[in-house]
Order: sequence, then C-alpha cells, then structure tokens
Amino acid sequence: MLRLTRRSFSMSLAAATGAALVPAQLLALTESSAKKLIDILVADINKIIASGKSETAMYKDFERIFARYSDTSYIAAYAMGVDGRRATSAQKKEFSKAFQQYISRKYGKRFREFIGGRLEVTGVRKVKSWYEVSTLAHLRGEAPFEVTFHVSERTGKDLFFNMYIEGVNLLLTERTEIGAMLDRRKGDIDQMIEDLKRAG
Amino acid sequence: MPRTTTKASVAHLRQPSGPVFPYRHKSFKGKINIFELPVFALNLNCYVETAIRNRKSDCMTPKTRTLVAVLAAVLAGFLSGCATPTPEQKASGEIFDPYESTNRKMHAFNLGVDRVLFRPASKGYVTVVPDPVIDSLNSFADNLSMPSNAVDYLLQGRLRESGISLLRFIINTTIGFAGLANPASEFGIPEVDTDFGETLHVWGFGEGAYIELPLYGPTTARDAVGVVTNLFTNPIDFAPTRPVDNLGLYTEVLRRLSDRGRFADTVDSILYESADSYAQARILYLQNRRFELAGEGEDAYLDLYTDPYAIDTEGF
Repeated sequence: MLRLTRRSFSMSLAAATGAALVPAQLLALTESSAKKLIDILVADINKIIASGKSETAMYKDFERIFARYSDTSYIAAYAMGVDGRRATSAQKKEFSKAFQQYISRKYGKRFREFIGGRLEVTGVRKVKSWYEVSTLAHLRGEAPFEVTFHVSERTGKDLFFNMYIEGVNLLLTERTEIGAMLDRRKGDIDQMIEDLKRAG
Repeated sequence: MPRTTTKASVAHLRQPSGPVFPYRHKSFKGKINIFELPVFALNLNCYVETAIRNRKSDCMTPKTRTLVAVLAAVLAGFLSGCATPTPEQKASGEIFDPYESTNRKMHAFNLGVDRVLFRPASKGYVTVVPDPVIDSLNSFADNLSMPSNAVDYLLQGRLRESGISLLRFIINTTIGFAGLANPASEFGIPEVDTDFGETLHVWGFGEGAYIELPLYGPTTARDAVGVVTNLFTNPIDFAPTRPVDNLGLYTEVLRRLSDRGRFADTVDSILYESADSYAQARILYLQNRRFELAGEGEDAYLDLYTDPYAIDTEGF
C-alpha cells in the first residue's frame, strides 16, 4: 500500500508538470475550434512522418501528441469500463499512466505504415455535445481511407476523446483489450496494470 | 473476483448498466464434434427467421417480400429455438455472440492454420513475388468479382453502381489485359465493391449472430449466407469458356495472402499480441462491417459510443 501511495504521488507530480506544458485553450468549443485542433494535430503528425526520425524517436513524439491533444483521463476511464468503479484512486492513477504509454507504443508502432503518407482534414460536424472531424489518410500504394476524430471540451479545453479508423473505434477496441487482460488475471487490477506496462 | 471468460469478455463491451448476454443456443454443449458441424450450419437458418421477424418493413418491395416469403417457406422446417437479440440490445450496438464457445474453437483452429501455413506462406508470397506482380494479381481478382458485384448491385436496386461494375469489367478485361491492369481507375471510373451479404442488408435482414468460419474467419450469420451464395453464384463460373473452375476462389485466396503479408505486423499484433485475439478479431470485424454497410450520413456506428460527459472520470 505504501509502495502504491509513494508511486502515485510521483505520478501525480509528473501529471501536474505535464499539465503545465499544455497551452490553455479556454475557448468555447465551436466547429472552427474543433477543426483547428485536428488541423494542428494533423500538421504535427505529418511533420513527424516527414521528419525521417528513427521509429523509437517517433514513439516518443506520438506519446507527446497523445498527451497533448487527447482527453487522456476520459479515454483511460472508458477503457477500464465498469471495473473502474471498484478501482482505488491509486490504481486509477497508475492505470492512466500505464495506459497512456501502452497506447503510444501500440499505435506508435503503426506509424511505420504512415511513412510517406499524409492525413487531410475533410470536414467537421456537430454530433450531440461534441464535434466530429473527418480526415482522409493517404498511404503509399493504398486507396485513401477515413480517419475520424471526436472532439469535446469536457475538460475545459478542446481535446479529442475518440478516434475511428474505417469505423473501428479506439475506445471500444481498447476496452475489449483491457477487459480481456482483466479476465486473464481473474479481475485483479494490480496484475492487469503490470501486464499493461509490458503490452503493446 | 473470479469470473467466467464468456461473461466477462462481453461485460466490458457493454455500457456500465447494460444487460449481460444470457444467450446460448440449446444445441451447443461447449464441445465440438463432427456431428455438431451440420447443426452449426443449420443454425444459420435461425438468423433468417429472426431477420424476417425483425425486418425493416419500409425497405421491402413487393417483389422481395415474395422472395422472402418463399425463402421462409423453404427454411421453415429447420427453424426452431432460435437465439435472438432484443431490439434494445441491437440498438445499443452490442455484440450478439450466442455461439461463442463453438466460435472460439473455430478461432483456435484458424490461429493454428495461420501460424503454420497462412502466415509463413503470406510472408513468402510478398517477399518473393515483386510488388507490381502482386498488384496485378489483386487487380485480376477484383476484376473477376465485377460481374457478381453487378448482379448484387442490381438486386440492391443500385443501378448506377451495377452499371459501373459492368463497365469496369468490360474495360479491364479487354484493354486491361484480362484484368491484370486497371485502366478503368485511370479513366476515373469509381471503385465499387459489394457482396450478397450487403444485398441481404439492403433487403432488411439484420446481421444475426457473430460467427467465425473455419479458414474464412470472422463473419455474421447474414454475411455467411452471403459468402456461400457469392461463392456458388459467381457469374464467371457459369461462363461457357473459362480457363479454370472456381477461378474466383483461387484469386481471392491470393488476394488474402497479399493482405496478410503486406499488413503482417498489424495482423500479428491482433492475432498474437492481444490478450484475447478472439474478442479483438470480433470487435474489429463487427465495427468495420457495420461501418461499411452504413450508408452516407447514416449514424449506425454512432450507437457504439457514449456521451463524453456521461462517464465518471474522477481519479483517472
């Protein structure tokens, strides 16, 4: 327990430092601000793809993008699903951190497929309380495919909270995976978090 | 907190307050033997009954109504004790997997085939055969599917796409060297692709139960009917002169080899690196298929996520 508390303390310190680096975008969410967020995100991704850096350097860049532009606490809470209700706050913090790095590793690996390609923002529309920003991914030697981002201002900042690739939903897919990891450990959250640190 | 795999893996897919899946077809005892396979196949018919009961009546023209009635009469003898999702479950985009234990055995079989046969063969295929040759063979496979696409689009009442399929077939078969090249795309003729599963969808049939077929992989009861129908009704196979029987099948296998080889890392991460590759394959297939079938501006897949304000993120 002591171990967890100490770790979660340093974790929240890290989180606080990270939060300070994010520019305050305390503007109300509009169609144009949602599109702007994805425009900047896409420009950042395209810059990384074009940089010709090593793959490991790209993972780091992707982790930075994920932390900066996405609603990480919402994504982590969704991925844990109903099991989040019985998690302690220390477990939640530890999970969020491990999950963020897991996502960066897992999707960072896919960056290889994006080398030589680009994303293009094609449209934006309002859905209930959030905005859906559509983009087209142009990859080398492949027909362009749809990548969609969902942007909300739940946290007070415009952040994307879900991503779809040809209809495949990041949130739902990762909730399935986290659920399977929990099943494998018979519902033990601490063991699942340890597995998560090595997965992806 | 020990739980059973089946219940728990589904539990994570539903919204926090959703119901657990109580479905299990009575003919499945959790063991598979050779005599169970025909039973499994017959259960496909259950889907038809379900779909007829729940069909979107405004989609049905008098002609398709008659056809459905005939189909229903033919299949009536097989129909009994079907597992059906409730309308609420379908509306919330949940997974309907009443044959999970049988499906998981099929998945284990497919994984074995992939590991020893398909994966190494696909790696060899994309390493040995030059890219332009693979592209040509893929075009050839696409072109062979065009007559069957034309028929399916016709059955769906999409005359424009049906015409495009025929036009592509004529252009690519003649000046495209029997389909090895793709001049139709260079002329700016749009790419089209459909199947009998989509035709059934247009006719108002719901997707039915999730099924993993041996060798073929993830599908649904409706799409399995489509796959089998397309397999045996490809107009190419009825042509008076054809080089090989079941040519469409062989080229489709080659196309799958090239996809498996070209996207090897992604496929490997799903099949061999995820905590539960069966559940991953199922969720990926269903999401992508529902996305494909949802028409322009249709929000079928939007049901799958919740409001970002509705989840308690306290502590995360």
